[in-house]
Amino acid sequence: MQTNSKQSRYGMLIDLDRCTGCGACMLACAVENNIPPAHAGTTDRTGLTWMRVHRVEQEGNDASTQTVYLPLMCQQCDEHPPCESVCPQKAVEYDPETGIVAQIPVRCLGCRYCMTACPYHARYFNWWDPSWPAGMEKTLNPGVSTRMRGVVEKCNLCHGRLQEAREQAAASGTSVVAGETFVPACVEACPTRAIMIGDLADPESEIARQIKTPGTFRLLEQLGTQPKVYYSSARQWVREQLQRTIASTRTEVLNG
Amino acid sequence: MTSLDYTIDPPITTRAVTPAEIDSAIAAPLDRFPSKRWWIAFGVTSTMLAGGLATIAYMLYEGIGLLGFNQPVAWAFDITNFVFWVGIGHAGTLISAILFLMRQRWRNAIARFAEAMTIFAVLCAAIFVTVAHLGRPWLAGYLFPYPNQHALWVNFISPLVWDVFAVNTYLTVSLVFWYLGLIPDLATLRDRTTNAVKKLVYSVLSLGWRFSNRHWSHYERMYLILAGFATPLVLSVHTIVSFDFAVSVNPGWHTTIFPPYFVAGAVFSGFAMVQNVLIIVRKMFKLEHIITMKHLENMNKVMLLTGSMVGYAYAMEMFVAWYSGSQFERFVFLNRALGPYAWAYWTMVSCNVVFVQLFWFKRLRLSIPIMFAVGVLVNVGMWFERYVIIVTTLSRDFLPSSWGHFSPTIFDFGIMMLGFGLFFTLVLLFVRFLPSIAMAEIKAVMDGAQAKH
Repeated sequence: MQTNSKQSRYGMLIDLDRCTGCGACMLACAVENNIPPAHAGTTDRTGLTWMRVHRVEQEGNDASTQTVYLPLMCQQCDEHPPCESVCPQKAVEYDPETGIVAQIPVRCLGCRYCMTACPYHARYFNWWDPSWPAGMEKTLNPGVSTRMRGVVEKCNLCHGRLQEAREQAAASGTSVVAGETFVPACVEACPTRAIMIGDLADPESEIARQIKTPGTFRLLEQLGTQPKVYYSSARQWVREQLQRTIASTRTEVLNG
Repeated sequence: MTSLDYTIDPPITTRAVTPAEIDSAIAAPLDRFPSKRWWIAFGVTSTMLAGGLATIAYMLYEGIGLLGFNQPVAWAFDITNFVFWVGIGHAGTLISAILFLMRQRWRNAIARFAEAMTIFAVLCAAIFVTVAHLGRPWLAGYLFPYPNQHALWVNFISPLVWDVFAVNTYLTVSLVFWYLGLIPDLATLRDRTTNAVKKLVYSVLSLGWRFSNRHWSHYERMYLILAGFATPLVLSVHTIVSFDFAVSVNPGWHTTIFPPYFVAGAVFSGFAMVQNVLIIVRKMFKLEHIITMKHLENMNKVMLLTGSMVGYAYAMEMFVAWYSGSQFERFVFLNRALGPYAWAYWTMVSCNVVFVQLFWFKRLRLSIPIMFAVGVLVNVGMWFERYVIIVTTLSRDFLPSSWGHFSPTIFDFGIMMLGFGLFFTLVLLFVRFLPSIAMAEIKAVMDGAQAKH
């Protein structure tokens, strides 16, 4: 076990003003975490995308409509994630050492209760047996186990990378520093450096300072899920729209 | 049926009968070779069952991606059918246990049948929540807490684990209660039959029952105790099923009205199903003098009551959504009534609330075609109720970015067919092999059977 007694709270801060919606984070995430290519007939609603970039448009339909891209993954709810308490098999575990909400596929029965309980819909299901084109198995990441059909999976802040960082820290007698020795794939891949990782429990860390600045918010904060993924934008409409969500889009969706 | 006399207490039969006539009337379908109509019905239901089993087999091979699930709508036909069948079971326990404790003697004619339907319905529900629902149904045994080498224990905070206990308790108690009630009748059949094989089977199943006073006194005591056991289950099982939804944070699910609303709905749909099937059975086996219009009318009255409770709950949900001030709650209910699933919502409201109001009129609630039609509509409505609750909430909850739409595939209908096929196949086998009315209990409520004061 980790000998480091320091309790960490790994979290992320995503600068929406920097995000260009290029999708490099989605790709890096899929490669890092051995996500299989889509099964034939997969729609954008049945695939596996631990990280998904959504496009949100400003309400009001005038010509000057602005767009923001919202990278959405597991929001790493703190203390009592809604998905954790509903799992009958303890396949979702909150790690008090790191604050990471882990998914343990070997325990999962595939009841999908966690998927219905997650207000962010950040959990994905293996509807089919995973398969890779011939030869592509050789490119799989050896540090991450593949999952079988019938289990739920989701972002775990690159657990494989965290393990690697821990091993290196143990070998050199140091400790894991999020953002330096432990960097998830999406953070590394983002060309505009829109995603930051850090330890929210460390008041000296860059992320702990940044999340206190104005313009920083969390999604669905009012539900009490205490997500550890923060978003920031200097644009007022972005902040308002992402926190108001439904009210802004109600009229056009009611008629299907 | 104008000769019905409602002043008779207890009102069990529409004409005077002797105990021997009761035995003969009830045991008749068991003694003769099944009719052509029975075989046709059995052919239809067992074909449905086989189709459903083939669907399940194919799903086990390919994966549940065959069903119409997607990212926001991760529960749909599987849980809809599960809740529907658990609900159907509730009438049986209410009739057999609660009405027994309340000394409602008219229940004796329909209790056996309703209890059997409870067991069959719970079996259907169990199938839906395992093989038609789980991604890895072969691991369903993990849902039970047992010491294992993985050092894993189930998560007792999860309502799904409560479900496992609720449904299993319900099935066990219902089965024991039903079997206990069958013992005296099995002994009667043992004594009547001339077939050596049936003799052997009935002898084993009747556990050496000899109609002795001592046997009866043990039996009555045990029956009362089991009725006491079963009574809280009528309320608890569907309460716990409703917790599956109520403990989540989702708008439209996270509400305290769910337990009573679900229990009322369960009794409602259960009575509709019992009434529908009994109308056919009493006609088919010429048991109109034992399952009388009085019984059907009483069931219709219960449906009117529970249907109105459900209607009240629909109205209250709307009111609370508005009163809560929560934009998500308000949106979910507006979306139910006006969004893409509005057709399902209004089907639910009209079937569950509007048509059942016909039962306020005595002529209508004594009309077989009308009550049968209302019963069918109630079951359609109650199926849609669960569908609306599950699918509308999941498809559009908090973040518009994760909104989606659910469309069933042919395999969704395949698993649905499995439920109806299994249920009606079991019902047909039941009326063929076991007495569908409790002979002993009917005799106990005949004129002159009980002391009058």
